[in-house]
Amino acid sequence: MNNDTFMLGGKEFHSRFILGSGKYSLELIKAAVENAGAEIITLAVRRTNTKDTENILDYIPDNVTLLPNTSGARDAKEAVRIARMARELGCGDFVKIEIMKDSKYLLPDNYETIKATKILADEGFVVLPYMYPDLNVARELVKAGAAAVMPLASPIGSNKGLATKEFIQILIDEIDVPIIVDAGIGKPSEACAAMEMGAAAIMSNTAIATARDIPAMAGAFKSAIEAGRAAYLAGLGRVLERGASASDPLTGFLRD
Amino acid sequence: MAENQFFVDSGKLNEKALANKHRLEQDPSYRTNHMEYMEGMERIESDIMDKVMSHMNDYDPDSYTAVDVRRALSSNRCSIDDFKALLSPAAAPFLEEMAQKAKMATSRHFGNTVYIFTPLYIANYCENYCIYCGFNCYNDINRKKLNYEEIEREMKIISDSGIEEILMLTGESRGASPVEYIGEACKLATKYFRNVGLEIYPVNSDEYRYLHECGADYITVFQETYDSDKYETLHLMGHKRVWPYRFEAQERALMGGMRGVGFSALLGLSNFRKDALASALHVFFLQRKYPHAEFSLSCPRLRPIINNDKINPLDVHEKELCQIICAYRIFMPFVGITVSSREEKHFRDGIIKIAATKVSAGVSTGIGDHDEKYNGEQEVDAGDEQFEIADARSFDEMYNDIAGEGLQPVLNDYVYV
Repeated sequence: MNNDTFMLGGKEFHSRFILGSGKYSLELIKAAVENAGAEIITLAVRRTNTKDTENILDYIPDNVTLLPNTSGARDAKEAVRIARMARELGCGDFVKIEIMKDSKYLLPDNYETIKATKILADEGFVVLPYMYPDLNVARELVKAGAAAVMPLASPIGSNKGLATKEFIQILIDEIDVPIIVDAGIGKPSEACAAMEMGAAAIMSNTAIATARDIPAMAGAFKSAIEAGRAAYLAGLGRVLERGASASDPLTGFLRD
Repeated sequence: MAENQFFVDSGKLNEKALANKHRLEQDPSYRTNHMEYMEGMERIESDIMDKVMSHMNDYDPDSYTAVDVRRALSSNRCSIDDFKALLSPAAAPFLEEMAQKAKMATSRHFGNTVYIFTPLYIANYCENYCIYCGFNCYNDINRKKLNYEEIEREMKIISDSGIEEILMLTGESRGASPVEYIGEACKLATKYFRNVGLEIYPVNSDEYRYLHECGADYITVFQETYDSDKYETLHLMGHKRVWPYRFEAQERALMGGMRGVGFSALLGLSNFRKDALASALHVFFLQRKYPHAEFSLSCPRLRPIINNDKINPLDVHEKELCQIICAYRIFMPFVGITVSSREEKHFRDGIIKIAATKVSAGVSTGIGDHDEKYNGEQEVDAGDEQFEIADARSFDEMYNDIAGEGLQPVLNDYVYV
């Protein structure tokens, strides 16, 4: 077990890979969790709102922390209601706020997300808001009580990678809570790149769900995330310009 | 173009009714203006209809070539013009490529999930004469309207089978099935189902709001055909004759607070490429105006009805239907696509692997006959069916067949908030 952990809501996590559960068959969840080494798995409250023909909760190992999300919410009020529902369903105090007012791109509504974060943090939830990477919004989310901030890399389900890279880097540099890159990561290499930048963790669903071999892809992401994290901790070397660096320093003439 | 022969005279009609029916069929001047709203029909400010119709009227499917189709298939984004190319005859040789592209789009947006629902018809009284429909007021069928006790009994049987999403339907009769009756049925439905949708006659936005408050959150209205001149010749009498009021139903439903709306043309009534274009653009433009809403498309083809077993979807064969569905998916990856039991098992099994995201199971289009259909208990006075279904699989069979294909059957993905 490594010592490089991170904290969310007073809980310590070793794995920096948060797994989604919404897009693949339930029997694959267990294998994916194991291969991913994931300690946190998200699930949509609306998907657990079912009679028990195949209750998704039965497929999630006990030692994994559930991160229910509020997908389906169109404003703060609805997100709050869904979060409270999750608590009543026995999903614990963690909640990922997802508020989408657009059914086409599923982009999060930052304004409503701040409002919901405030209400739910005040009620004792460990709030992880999914957001569009905007520094001012991230600061407001922290002020409202967010335990982490989850900026999107590109539109959800798009597998388009780190389209918002520059802005995520700003959040990593300026925000004191963990930055968890969520949505749009299509390949392990992109997850690795985000970790090299200093992201605290990666959340992925579609990239794994659309792979030919789901458990194997979960394992590939695990390795990539660990490699990226190790590189970040090791401190990335400078990027060399063409050829070698000059051996005679330009400032060599200075005498005192 | 070949045409269906829709007119059937029932021997039970009296002389006066028969004369009226014939005059409606033969004398266009005897029919009301189908573009004129009737009393009590809400008018809304909207530019959606103009946008959709101008595209449809300008669309010439034969003007597209293989070059246009290749361009559409190689692009990452599908423009309206690309979509028109994909719906054109020139796209027919590219069907497999379209299916591959559609499958990718489906899996990115929906993973491998397939939703299951069942329809529940609670009444088949109808005030309209729509010449292709089994419920039409001149068709000699057993009529029935379930009382609340009977509705609840049906719901219990369906719910016990495992189904969690229901689509409640009525014939289009405000008189026999008033909004309050449907509202009470919605309240009952919320006791047994997680997700309640309605497919009823179009109503005003305040009535949609009332139905939403009763527990329904999804409204489906089929426009049947977007060709209003053709529509006029198919819907000869009744409030359904008013084409623009029907067109605006989904927008009124969204104004009334419904979460999602469903659309369709009934393929085989008119030029199916133009109807498919208009159905999709109806969604496309409404989505831009109501971006928070959920949208779905159905793809029904004409089916035989009681007293007329010859009705068929003409030139819309399975290949054409598949082309339409793939084009829908490529153009709008986010939209739900429903394929009903009007289609046979082999088609539904195939299409859920490409683009469809929702199928019905355990279907009856009759009234009050679920005990008979599900448990083999004979019903004495069930109401007759709207059309013949082509896939009679039960909920269990459908569930297992979906899972057997490596897909994930989903019974509910919704909370009422």
